[in-house]
Amino acid sequence: MKNLWRVLPFSFILLFLAGCGKQNLTALDPRGPVAEMQHNLIGLSLLIMVFVIVVVAAIFIYVLVRFREKPGDNHIPEQVEGNKNLEIIWTAIPIVLLIILAIPNVMDTFTLADTEVTDDTVVVNVTAHQYWWEFEYPDLEITTGQDLYIPTDTRIVFNLEASDVIHSFWIPALAGKQDTVPGITNDMWIEAPEEGVYLGKCAELCGEGHWLMDFKVIAVDPDTFDEWAQGMAEPDSELIEPTGEVAAEGREVFEQNCLACHAVGGEGGNPQGGPDLTNFGERENIAGFMDHNDENLEAWIRDPEAEKPGSGVGMPGFDNLEDDEMDSLIDYLNSLKVLDDE
Amino acid sequence: MSNAQAQKSVLWDWLTTVDHKKIGIMYLVAGGFFFALGGLEAILMRIQLMFPNFDFVTAQTFNELLTMHGTTMIFLAAMPLLFGFMNYIVPLQIGARDVAFPFLNSLGFWLFLFGGVLLNLSWFLGGAPDAGWTAYVPLSSEYSGTGIDYYVLGLQISGLGTLIAGINFLVTIINMRAPGMSMMRMPLFTWSSFVASALILFAFPALTVGLLLLMLERLFGATYFAVDVGGNVVIWQHLFWIFGHPEVYILILPAFGIFSEVLSTFSKKRLFGYSAMVFATLIIGFLGFMVWAHHMFTVGIGPVANAIFAVATMAIAVPTGIKIFNWLFTMWGGRIQFTTANLFAIAFIPSFVMGGVTGIMLATSAANYQFHDTYFVVAHFHYVIIGGVVFGLFSGAFYWWPRMFGYKLNETLGKWFFWLFLFGFHLTFFVQHFIGLMGMPRRVASYLPGQGIDELNFVSTMGAFLMSVAFILLVVNVIVSVKNKSEADPWDGRTLEWAIPTPTPEYNFAQTPLVRELDALWYEKTHGNGKIKAAEPLDDIHMPNGSILPIFMSLGLFLASFGLIYQVHPVTIIGLAITLGAMFIRSIKEDHGYHIHKEDIKKEEGVG
Repeated sequence: MKNLWRVLPFSFILLFLAGCGKQNLTALDPRGPVAEMQHNLIGLSLLIMVFVIVVVAAIFIYVLVRFREKPGDNHIPEQVEGNKNLEIIWTAIPIVLLIILAIPNVMDTFTLADTEVTDDTVVVNVTAHQYWWEFEYPDLEITTGQDLYIPTDTRIVFNLEASDVIHSFWIPALAGKQDTVPGITNDMWIEAPEEGVYLGKCAELCGEGHWLMDFKVIAVDPDTFDEWAQGMAEPDSELIEPTGEVAAEGREVFEQNCLACHAVGGEGGNPQGGPDLTNFGERENIAGFMDHNDENLEAWIRDPEAEKPGSGVGMPGFDNLEDDEMDSLIDYLNSLKVLDDE
Repeated sequence: MSNAQAQKSVLWDWLTTVDHKKIGIMYLVAGGFFFALGGLEAILMRIQLMFPNFDFVTAQTFNELLTMHGTTMIFLAAMPLLFGFMNYIVPLQIGARDVAFPFLNSLGFWLFLFGGVLLNLSWFLGGAPDAGWTAYVPLSSEYSGTGIDYYVLGLQISGLGTLIAGINFLVTIINMRAPGMSMMRMPLFTWSSFVASALILFAFPALTVGLLLLMLERLFGATYFAVDVGGNVVIWQHLFWIFGHPEVYILILPAFGIFSEVLSTFSKKRLFGYSAMVFATLIIGFLGFMVWAHHMFTVGIGPVANAIFAVATMAIAVPTGIKIFNWLFTMWGGRIQFTTANLFAIAFIPSFVMGGVTGIMLATSAANYQFHDTYFVVAHFHYVIIGGVVFGLFSGAFYWWPRMFGYKLNETLGKWFFWLFLFGFHLTFFVQHFIGLMGMPRRVASYLPGQGIDELNFVSTMGAFLMSVAFILLVVNVIVSVKNKSEADPWDGRTLEWAIPTPTPEYNFAQTPLVRELDALWYEKTHGNGKIKAAEPLDDIHMPNGSILPIFMSLGLFLASFGLIYQVHPVTIIGLAITLGAMFIRSIKEDHGYHIHKEDIKKEEGVG
């Protein structure tokens, strides 16, 4: 708590804002050290700025009340040229205030840029696509999409890239954003002390579907994370050769229509294709934003463009599927899970 | 006036005019039209964002609206409106009969207008540009339709006009000042126009280079930004913001100038700390070029660059603070009159301070990772641009209207307009600070329900409606006040533009004025007989002839643009031939201008 001296004086300002916004989305209710550092800096700058506003407002109100033209007043005010001492005061005080803000800012800027990888660090390569997110864990040899699983209390380092246009990777409750820039690899780090589902967004205009380019960060305890990683890396054979009758039919539909772009359990997919679906049954949302239910899934598969504008470029609609084919496909997709149900 | 002059039709007169006053009015009319258009685009966006998941416009249309709103407001509304005042007022304030290059002045206007029309025609010809006013590559280079071609060419043409205008103002202010009007006696509006023009001179070439590269990439297959073959997409952002940040100061400095004039006039006091104000303006102009990368903190330019640009950005707060306090102390001890012009100038101070402090918060690079590309930024720059530039334009409009149009705007309607606009403005944008921090990125076509931002977005839209109602009141005011004739010096003015008859004679000053002090007219009112002394005997005045050639030069480039966009190169060649032909005619045809004779001047001035 070396930052205590900075946190205390102005925590009251942010206190009344803490309840604002949806939990695990707002930057005003930080859930990790990076977002906390940024929140503190916002608080410090806000405190200084409120001071400036109060000083200006006090002079402003006094001047307007005291020196307004009264009826019948025709006097000619003294034509004052200026005042050197006043000029020095209102040059010097702002400089001092800015230094107070600049020093912690420079320190924090360097702290946030320190993306050193140690033995315990989990590295995730993030690739942004129009309009979805791909997450690759190089050390664990896992690739997934949309839902980013991380262990709690562990340092996570992201390498950020983009496959088409510039996007921006933002998890307000955990960390500020970094752009994903084609041809350049950016990096950043986060930590999530608490378990939870944190909302992530694309923050850089990237085309029609920009506003729906959401993702989730799912922080689970390290044991669960290991289980998840294990399940992703060596998936149950049930995922690829389901034993249930309906799911087996669904798998067949999947192989005929989906497998060329979407991998499951390390099979299928291609570099220009869509998200890996190995744990699709556990996805928080469909396409990153729709409630995960059968109707939405069917609507999405039949016409993605109608649900998320611009996504039709990457994924054609499969309105050709018969109802029973669709039902078995949905059944199969929902069976794609790597964690034990609890 | 010679017979040849008198016989021309009104329309022909305006199309060919090189008179800085008429060009200034044309800038105001065209800029006012684009301002209304940009406002309409804003309202459509705010309606779309009134409810979550609302289906008023499609995401594609929304992206086009947000792009055109920004582009229109910056390039086609705010700058031309300021140019309108600069054109009309600066020569009067320095005691000049016209700008240094009247022909170029006309060319600058027509280039701007044809560029603006070209850009807006994209709405009807395959869709408007949709990559944001910043047009980041590769979204704008490889993933957008013909709208971006209109953006690239429209802005190149209108940017050429802006550059020409900037150079013209620089030369005018350096060379055309009346005797005694030393640099340190120039009114602050002239000073800030001077600095803004210098910024145009250095900033616009960066934009021109960027647009040229983007044009070559889109139309001729160049690969500056194509990552697959070794291009780099960040170069565009640097070029854009090396222009884009000074552009903010190009807009705000003349507005600062307007506030300095208005606050001083209506406090009946000389501007407090005149020389500090001048130097603060110069320092802001200089620092404005040192901070562009603060728009790029999240791009990944590294902690060293981020830290340096953060500190440099914070430094701008110092000269800006100096200005704020000098304005406050200009009013201190004065006799403050609450005219509509002054209400806008007074309301500017707290509004702009709000925008200024959020600017410092944004400059805090580590915290900027949270702010960047959210509605917090949207709130910040609207506080600066509406609270600063637009308030300045409204203040200047009410202040100089009698000088420019010979009648006063109605004060009662004006005050209604002011209060509605002020309230609507803060209602719209104050809540957006919170919307941004609560997780709403900017440039989103809609948002999902249940994120805690539904009510705030609704409130914001209500504010936008109030602002539109206020704007309609302004338009009504302009129309109903026409009969409200004004005397030559309705505000008990301090500077030279109030020393001449109304309506302003074509030649401005019958005799070039002799300036004896800062606030030349005020000085003569308090130390002399209230009349400006003349620096020369009354004599024939030499005036430049009008010319239709600027329209043809601009029209040629306009046509050539269509040839380029649709790759129909005969049209390109015809267009360029028209432009070059008009330039050729201009070069070889001698034009000596004409004289306004002494007798006519005497008649008009009511002397002898």
